[in-house]
Amino acid sequence: MDFTDTPEEAAFRAKARDFLSANAAAKKSGSSNLATGWNKDEALAAARAWQAKKAAAGFAGITMPEEYGGQGLPPITQVIYNQEEANYVAPRGVYEIGLGMCIPTMLAYATEEQKQRYAPPALRGEEIWCQLFSEPAGGSDLAGLRTRAEQDGDDWIINGQKIWTSGAQFSDYAILVTRSDFDVPKHKGLTFFFLSMKSPGIEVRPIKQMSGAANFNEVYFSDVRIPDRQRLGAVGDGWKVSLTTLMNERFAVGVAPPPDFDEIFDLVRDTELEDGPALDNAMVRDRLADWYVRQQGLKNAHFRTMTALSRGDTPGPESSINKVVSAFKYQEVSFFGMEMQEMLGVITDPDIIAMDGLFQTGALSSPGYRIAGGTDEILRNIIAERVLGLPQDVRVDKEVAFRDLPTGRD
Amino acid sequence: MNFEFNDDQRMLRDQARRFLMDKSPPEVVRETLETEQPYDRDLWRQFGEMGWLGAAIPEAYGGSGMGHLELCVLAEELGRALAPTPYASSIYLGAEALLTAGSEDQKQNYLPDLATGATIWCLALSEGSRPATESNIVAEVSDGKLTGEKLPVADGDVADRAIVVAREGTSSGLFIVDLNGAGVMRQTVDTMDPTRSQARLTFADAGAEKLGDDGWPLLERIQDRAAVLMAFEQIGGAQACLEMAKEYALGRFAFGRPIAGYQAIKHRLADMYIQIELARSNAYYGAWALSTNAAELPVAAATARVAAIEAFNFAARENVQVHGGMGFTWEFNCHLYYRRARQLALVLGSQRRWKDRLIRALERRNAA
Repeated sequence: MDFTDTPEEAAFRAKARDFLSANAAAKKSGSSNLATGWNKDEALAAARAWQAKKAAAGFAGITMPEEYGGQGLPPITQVIYNQEEANYVAPRGVYEIGLGMCIPTMLAYATEEQKQRYAPPALRGEEIWCQLFSEPAGGSDLAGLRTRAEQDGDDWIINGQKIWTSGAQFSDYAILVTRSDFDVPKHKGLTFFFLSMKSPGIEVRPIKQMSGAANFNEVYFSDVRIPDRQRLGAVGDGWKVSLTTLMNERFAVGVAPPPDFDEIFDLVRDTELEDGPALDNAMVRDRLADWYVRQQGLKNAHFRTMTALSRGDTPGPESSINKVVSAFKYQEVSFFGMEMQEMLGVITDPDIIAMDGLFQTGALSSPGYRIAGGTDEILRNIIAERVLGLPQDVRVDKEVAFRDLPTGRD
Repeated sequence: MNFEFNDDQRMLRDQARRFLMDKSPPEVVRETLETEQPYDRDLWRQFGEMGWLGAAIPEAYGGSGMGHLELCVLAEELGRALAPTPYASSIYLGAEALLTAGSEDQKQNYLPDLATGATIWCLALSEGSRPATESNIVAEVSDGKLTGEKLPVADGDVADRAIVVAREGTSSGLFIVDLNGAGVMRQTVDTMDPTRSQARLTFADAGAEKLGDDGWPLLERIQDRAAVLMAFEQIGGAQACLEMAKEYALGRFAFGRPIAGYQAIKHRLADMYIQIELARSNAYYGAWALSTNAAELPVAAATARVAAIEAFNFAARENVQVHGGMGFTWEFNCHLYYRRARQLALVLGSQRRWKDRLIRALERRNAA
């Protein structure tokens, strides 16, 4: 066992470090509340500029084929780059979905001409993509979606509604899964497309979250026309295409943000309780140890994933534990940080509260992390079914035409 | 980056697993559980012959000189098979103590017999109901003679030598005591897991030979090493519980289908998997720290132990639950793991103490 890079990995890491230190600001130690809405214009401009710089230096699309503007390197190099980039202030969030999920789906299903047209500008940050999947009636049960696609000559006409779409408000293009046949069981009637977000008939409305931020949107379709050549996969094969996208989601939806152990440890070290320093309190120490052990467990599990990647193996669905463990820890640590601040803990004013209100922000943001990108429950199903090989739940909707399925209260 | 065991180590694991499936199946474990026999002598002898006892002991001292990573691999398999032997006491604690602090003479004298299994070692620390802290130790050595009482001592009823923590003058020290010599009384005590017996040792002017110079800090170094190895044993046990629970749930039908299809069961098994993966990953880091003598060992060992206690407790407990009423019977094997989980959770000190120790180590690291 060792933690050393292979010579090729070390060379790549050195190259990444050189690029980052010359082009980005190092993250300051200590931890303040960096949560900012990345839908603000200047944040978006900064993200675009950063992606362009990365692309020019050869750090965009690290694992994508060279003929589409990528670098054609093995997955381990992407992990190495991400590790290094994490030490710098680097606004990458805007591109995670497009480059992590949409473009890989395009590369798997689009025509050669389309791949040439769309992949390089996405990698350079010139065009932003979003993913139109979830619907009010299709979240965990994604295949329950109802957005209708009807063929009209060489076009398809789309009507319906998507929800929880990150970045729809500033995206240029999107991938979209629709229902093209209501008379077959639900997985069989889906068809997949890509389209311009500037298409007539699309309306994007932001959703205000419980945290007050608005990272997600509702997207409404009223007679939106999509040319048939923008269909990905065969008519009725939309579920298969969706699985390609979702396979990539495991890599795109990562670990929950701070506060984690380091931040709560910092807070506790500066906190006096009624009977002395908080760090001397046995209950506090017990909780800290739990979070340290879980944080390190994930970190060390990641080393095992990297080992698999380094050997050229594909990491399996076991990476699902990452989000299950870290999202819940995020919530627990946030609550406990507020607890440590006693009655003052309810205050969110960053001028009054410790660490600019990091724990308060966490308390209001963490519920979303337990849901987005696969709920705690869906991820446990994935572990149970795909890792442990347990049977699927009984599916009452499998052999029934979609239009005959009960739909619950409206 | 190479954070997995290598091919040779995996081959050792496969060999060990096959051997133990053959020689230490539940029926063999039950012979120790249900009879007066304190451990499986035949199994112990074969461990010695195969070089398992001396896996991390250099060849110069009669060991097989494989290394600590190999010892971790073996520990996991011993845990999976619930091997009823004094392996943990003799190897994780006895051999590690001698390797860590023994003089050249002591290593020459003691390690070869330890490596063949001819002598069994144990660690005598606890003195009854008060937590084992340096200031709570009453057993005392003066003029090379030990007086005091130790309770409980894992494998103290079958060991030939003990490493005893005792006061000497104003400080504490570690002492090697011949348990077959004069001035030693031992009594087996009833425990939750008779497959690893426990004893009360009473010393009255027993001959005591100093081991190392550091006293309590040395004890903690030895415990750190043992904690990593023990973590692998616990993970082996936890993994076996997950597999048992899965097999049972797949074969047990209720309301017309396998209970493994119900989310209440699936999520429980997923949680077992999550706990085990976290514990395993932490144990791997501990193994790296142990095998390289890294400065990180105190943090890595405490992390590995806290996680392994959690994982085995959870897996053993929920394995019974998944088995329903049958899991609560003497006939089913769930309770063998349940007992072992409870035993291993305490034998090197409770999770509460190790959590405190972890935070102490982090405070030290932070101050440095």
